[in-house]
Order: sequence, then C-alpha cells, then structure tokens
Amino acid sequence: MKEENGLGKKNSVLTLLLLLAGAGLLFAGLLTGQERDVLLKAVRVCLECIGVG
Amino acid sequence: MYCSRRSGSVWSASVSGEKRRSWIQFSALLIQNANFRGFFSGKIYQGKLKQVCVPGINCYSCPGAVGACPIGSLQTFLASRPVKLPYYVLGFLILFGTILGRAVCGFLCPFGFIQELIHRIPLPKKKIGAFPGDKALRKLKYGVLLVLVIFLPLVMDYTPAFCKYLCPAGTLEGGVPLVLLQGGKLNFPIGSLFYTKLAILILLIVLSLFLFRPFCKYLCPLGAIYSLFNRVSLYRMRPEAEKCTHCGACAAVCPMQVDPSVSPNHVECIRCGKCTAACPAGALHLGFSAKNKKEQFPPV
Ligand code: SF4
Ligand code: SF4
Ligand code: SF4
Repeated sequence: MKEENGLGKKNSVLTLLLLLAGAGLLFAGLLTGQERDVLLKAVRVCLECIGVG
Repeated sequence: MYCSRRSGSVWSASVSGEKRRSWIQFSALLIQNANFRGFFSGKIYQGKLKQVCVPGINCYSCPGAVGACPIGSLQTFLASRPVKLPYYVLGFLILFGTILGRAVCGFLCPFGFIQELIHRIPLPKKKIGAFPGDKALRKLKYGVLLVLVIFLPLVMDYTPAFCKYLCPAGTLEGGVPLVLLQGGKLNFPIGSLFYTKLAILILLIVLSLFLFRPFCKYLCPLGAIYSLFNRVSLYRMRPEAEKCTHCGACAAVCPMQVDPSVSPNHVECIRCGKCTAACPAGALHLGFSAKNKKEQFPPV
C-alpha cells in the first residue's frame, strides 16, 4: 500500500501562498469596511438562525 | 516542531491527552460565549468583538456569543443585494484553515464539543462506528456547502439558507435560549420553521448518542471547508514510516473512521490525537510544522 501522506515541497509553497492570500483577503475586507457588515449582522438577533424568519 | 504525546503507558498517554483536549474544548466554548449576562437577560452581546469571526460553529444569536459565526457571516455577504464578495470572511477561513485545518474541529468548535459530550453518555448498546453508506454520506457536507451556503443565498435575496433551513447550532444556541428567556415578549411568531429546525436538532442529539459527531461527519459546511486544508495546514500529522508495523491500532481507535497509517492527513481527521496515543510503535505525531515533507508509509 503506497500512499502519499505529505505532498512535498510544492505543498510548503502552497501553505505559504495560502497564508499570504488569507492575510491579503482579510486586509482587503478591512479596507472595504466589511468588518462593519459582519458587526451589523452579528449584533442583531438573526431571525433565520433562531428559526422564526 | 512536532509534539509527540507519548509518555508513560499507552493508556495514561491517551487519558491525559484526551483530558487536555477536553479542557481546551471547554475553555474555547467558554471564551466564545463569555457574555454570561446574556443567559440571564436574554439579550445578545452587541460590542465590537462581534466583528471578529470565530473559528468554529458558534451562533452569533446565542445570548453568550462574543464573536461572529463564519458560516453565517459568509451567507450575509452572498445574500446581500448587490452581492458582496466576502473577502473579510474568506480571509478568516483561509487563515484558520491553513494554520489549523480540522484541528479547529477537534479543539475549538463549540458545536463539535457539544456533540462529543452527548456521545460520551454511556449506552447499554454498543456505539456505531462505520456502517454501509457512511462513506457516501460524508460527501453530503460538500453539497450543503455548495447549495445551502453558496448557491441559495446567491439566488434568494437576503436568505441565509443554511441558517434558515438547517443549522442545528442556531436552534440550540440561539433559538431555544431566546424562546425560553424571552417567551411571550418575542414579537415574532413561532411557527412550523422553528419546529422543523427543532426536530432536526433533536434528531442530531439522539444520533449523537450512537454516532460520533453526526453533524460534523455528514452535514457541516465549515468542516467541509477546513477538510480541504488538512493536507496543507501547519498543524498536521507526521508519520514515521520506518516505525509503523501496520498493526492497525490507530485505525481501530479513530472515531472518524480514518486509517492514519494510510492517510495521516485525511480530510476527515479532526486531529483528536486518539491514534497517536494508541500507536504502540510511536509512529504518529501531531503538531505544528512548517515543513511539508513528502512522507510515505512502506507497502504493507
Ligand atoms: S465539522 Fe463543523 S460543527 Fe463539527 S467541529 Fe468542525 S466546524 Fe464544528
Ligand atoms: S501507525 Fe502505529 S498503530 Fe498504526 S499501523 Fe502503524 S504501528 Fe500500528
Ligand atoms: S486519524 Fe487520529 S487524530 Fe485523526 S480523527 Fe482519527 S484518531 Fe483522531
């Protein structure tokens, strides 16, 4: 049974790229004020979540 | 650096490892629901912390919640008109996924922990492991992600479909406490939707008695997202191929029915550490590593 468990150097690069992409997207979200959209949604009771909306 | 958990006998290693994980899970549940006053007043927390997404499933309509649920937030952007690309939430998801992968499920997610607690209740009958159709059912969570979290919010205006039609965490953490605490003061009617979601929750609670984490295995869209990161995440499993004797002890204890001697970074592995503690040869290690070495077990 031969199976690949780690994916080698390529994956280390992918991990690094993903970390950069994640940080970049978070930063882009902050620049466009998306944290306010999240806040506005989260501070009101969500009727769909609780099953009445 | 990897941290091998092996110290003393297999039994003591597994017990202390499990205890440590339970304490981390319990602390994560408390920290993410630290608005204790809400459980008495029936009012949800409205402070600034709520702009931060938490790593696991924890409903922002829970009276205790101090952060935002990433799946709820993702749908908010996709269901808004005009549709907004959810950079901010995707940033959180990619960072959590790349750093921890499904260790979020094993350590930090309150709803995963709740299912595990229910599963610990002893039953006269043996608990169920794998069963026919189990493998196919595991794919369902990817369908839930694509249809309820992405597609329906994109086509139905202002409708977070996963929250509305399925999410049992919303019912347990938001719906039930708010209905109990606010009762008649609620200015919206409790109708068939509420009772349908309540029935889904009750079904999952009953299933959790017999099956380990049924929601995580079959339905959770967040688990589906993090599963895609397990092979590249910094927190990962490193097998030592030369030590493995293929005795099968690891696969036998895995509550997610993974065989880590074949697939140490399998999509279903929640990094619970039961296999690392059970391996008599010390061939499996869980921990953070920047190295992503190509590792292979020898042929059986
Ligand atoms: S699969 Fe979903 S509910 Fe289960 S622990 Fe992971 S994020 Fe939480
Ligand atoms: S990893 Fe350990 S427990 Fe699993 S098959 Fe190899 S020697 Fe056995
Ligand atoms: S493979 Fe090991 S760490 Fe992963 S879920 Fe199974 S027992 Fe837990």
